[in-house]
Amino acid sequence: MKTTTKLTLTAVAALVLAGCAAPLPSSAELDQITRDIVARSFRAQGQAQLDRVQPDEDNRLCAEADRTGVPVPEALAKAIEARNMATVRPPSDGKYLGDWKQGETIAQDGRGKTWTDQNPDANGGNCYNCHQISKEELSYGTLGPSLYNYGKLRGVTDPNSAAAKPIVEYTWGKLVNSRAYNACSSMPRFGHMGILDETKMKHLMALLLDPASPVNK
Amino acid sequence: MSNPHRALRAAALLLGVAPWLAAPAWAQKSATDSIAEYRQMLQDGNPADLFEAKGEDLWKQKRGPKGVSLEACDLGKGPGVVKGAWVELPRYFADTGRVQDVESRLLTCMVRLQGFNEEEILKTPFGRGEQNTLTALATWISAESRGLKFNLSQSHPQERVMYEVGKRLFFMRGGTHDFACATCHAQDDKRIRLQDLPNITKASGAALGFGAWPAYRVSNGQMWSMQLRLNDCYRQQRFPYPIFGSEATIALGVYMGVNAKGGESIAPAIKR
Repeated sequence: MKTTTKLTLTAVAALVLAGCAAPLPSSAELDQITRDIVARSFRAQGQAQLDRVQPDEDNRLCAEADRTGVPVPEALAKAIEARNMATVRPPSDGKYLGDWKQGETIAQDGRGKTWTDQNPDANGGNCYNCHQISKEELSYGTLGPSLYNYGKLRGVTDPNSAAAKPIVEYTWGKLVNSRAYNACSSMPRFGHMGILDETKMKHLMALLLDPASPVNK
Repeated sequence: MSNPHRALRAAALLLGVAPWLAAPAWAQKSATDSIAEYRQMLQDGNPADLFEAKGEDLWKQKRGPKGVSLEACDLGKGPGVVKGAWVELPRYFADTGRVQDVESRLLTCMVRLQGFNEEEILKTPFGRGEQNTLTALATWISAESRGLKFNLSQSHPQERVMYEVGKRLFFMRGGTHDFACATCHAQDDKRIRLQDLPNITKASGAALGFGAWPAYRVSNGQMWSMQLRLNDCYRQQRFPYPIFGSEATIALGVYMGVNAKGGESIAPAIKR
């Protein structure tokens, strides 16, 4: 017993002394070290509680794909999309479009959900941070595709028509939970994560799909 | 103040900042261009100079309960060696047994040499008390390596583990919005609103993104260290609050700094 301890200690010392020669922990071990470090490195502040650094399974899989450059296998991607699709419900009153003017205000608003935001429900859509939307706003980001002429380019002349139904439902689903259509989308899951309520999402729907909206001019 | 001319010049420039901010919003590229132009104009008189001068002063001053200076502080290249230290941080320190960035290392020196209370400084918000000391010191220390190339060590096992952890943190999606550092900083030529985003997964982008802080921020007139830069990134990611000098912030520093290898340090820089 005594000899074993001595030998182990010698081995550890040799490893430390060797420095460069010490092998890197395995990928699974590094994942665990990272989780332990995250647990020690953050504290709750305001509405930003520690559950926010305990990623769900979909986030974990997508982050690993991003880091390794190896996409999530197709079957798994389909499963992620299916379980996110299951969270999408149509608007409770069946009406998909609100007021595009209020939608523009929500699209401009980048506030909400940070530890300095007091009201957990006063959230904007952050849309212009990543997307071009109306032609008038020149200060837009480029992380997402341009949404200028969104409805027009998709042939939506009457959002209430049967012909427009697939696009209207797809756009709603994309706002509620973007992963329903793209397993590792970078877009926030606005409805699913409680960032935007139904009314706000309807106003954004109108901004994108109402033929009277500046987006479709 | 060891260089009163530098400080005076910076003070004079500070007064001239406001009119420039009224730059027209009509042409998109012009906003970015005029920021670049403005930085060029201030190249010889960045308001960061004020903090730099203050930092040098604080390094040499006898301070703290023990009434000694920081001139015996070892930033990695031996006690008192400042030049070139910045472009090799974060690195492993045998006397603490961990990898440290410039701010956590300075904190160690302030506690061990000068007798400051570590817990108290860790609790102090950015922009107050001894946190201001740390920012000024980091500004001066970075300036002493201006023009040198980033060359972080990856020879100690802990340095290599911290790189791998930093990489995992960089890609970690979380918060209410599922954002990772990588959401904004893993592609070329992207921007948020009009703000250009460096691709930190590449050497050139990492040098731009990591190698600019500490930086003077024109929009709020504050000097921001890397710890504060990361803190505000995490705030905007809707993550909880990263503890000052925590392992996560240091691991990200290692990831970015190692990626920046060979890139030139322009810190302390001037930012939007």
